[in-house]
Amino acid sequence: MIKRFIALTLLLAIGGLFASLLLGYTPDSELNQTARYYAERTSPDIGAANIVTAIIVTYRGLDTLGEVTVLFLSAAIVGLVLALGGKSGKTGRGTVPVGELLTTGTRYLAPLIMLLGVYVFVNGHLTPGGGFQGGAILASGVLLLLLADPLKRFSHVLIATIESFAGLLYVLIGLFGLVLAGGFLDNRFLPTGELGALFSAGAIPLIYSLIGLKVGAEFASMLASLSESETS
Amino acid sequence: MSPLLTGMTLVLCVAMIVAALLAIRDPSPEVAKTDTGGLPIAILAAGLVSLIASILFLILAAPDVAMTEAAIGSGLTTFLFFFVLGRIRRHETSGDNHD
Repeated sequence: MIKRFIALTLLLAIGGLFASLLLGYTPDSELNQTARYYAERTSPDIGAANIVTAIIVTYRGLDTLGEVTVLFLSAAIVGLVLALGGKSGKTGRGTVPVGELLTTGTRYLAPLIMLLGVYVFVNGHLTPGGGFQGGAILASGVLLLLLADPLKRFSHVLIATIESFAGLLYVLIGLFGLVLAGGFLDNRFLPTGELGALFSAGAIPLIYSLIGLKVGAEFASMLASLSESETS
Repeated sequence: MSPLLTGMTLVLCVAMIVAALLAIRDPSPEVAKTDTGGLPIAILAAGLVSLIASILFLILAAPDVAMTEAAIGSGLTTFLFFFVLGRIRRHETSGDNHD
């Protein structure tokens, strides 16, 4: 009884907090100074049609490198913890048979999902989405494969190779920017091209594709180790 | 915001709250006794909450956030929950004599 009362009071308090925020909200009629800078300078300076991507990959590129590092560390720690728990046997004991619908559906859907993931990160500088979203879509394709066949094994060597090469190339491209252009992760050492074309915005498509591959490989390695771990 | 968009947003918000309540409610006794205890419905409802949240992000003109929410919140997490549910079921049906 008292537990419910506390929960209800907490809920009401949070609701009141949000309500006061909502009531005090007045939308800005124009962009503030920072936003206006990005909105005006992105297409002439960076050449990316998607301003969000320009901010994530170029203006705040170092932050993105940090984010990717955090994701890499968490993937490494999940792998380490599961490896300490012991590897499972490769036998399929006690496997619940997977339905026909799932296996057939996966056969058709998994390649399409992965293609969509690649499309999202290759077009990161033109359309919404980018490396992180595309990588997550790639990994959900891998997860679908694992759902359809719980005993499926992915090559950890392949995943690790993709992951480390993408990370290494990402930092190398950043250093190229430092040497050949204005600063670390500057995209303008490649021609910025025509606004809206696939090969435009300098190194952004390259960097975002690498981020996409890296994020996808990290999620996939986490899922693969989860699937191989012993449950008991 | 046009009235149509406001109305749609309101409908989506109500649907989101209904889905969230569906995700956390106690299953009825006969459902709780079944193999999975009504968990698939709860997982699907939680995925629906994320899906509606991503539509709301899209209405609020944040397509990049909407994409992340759709890919991770409603895609990857739902798949992951089903994956874990499959593991638990497999573990329960494989019996205690193995482990």
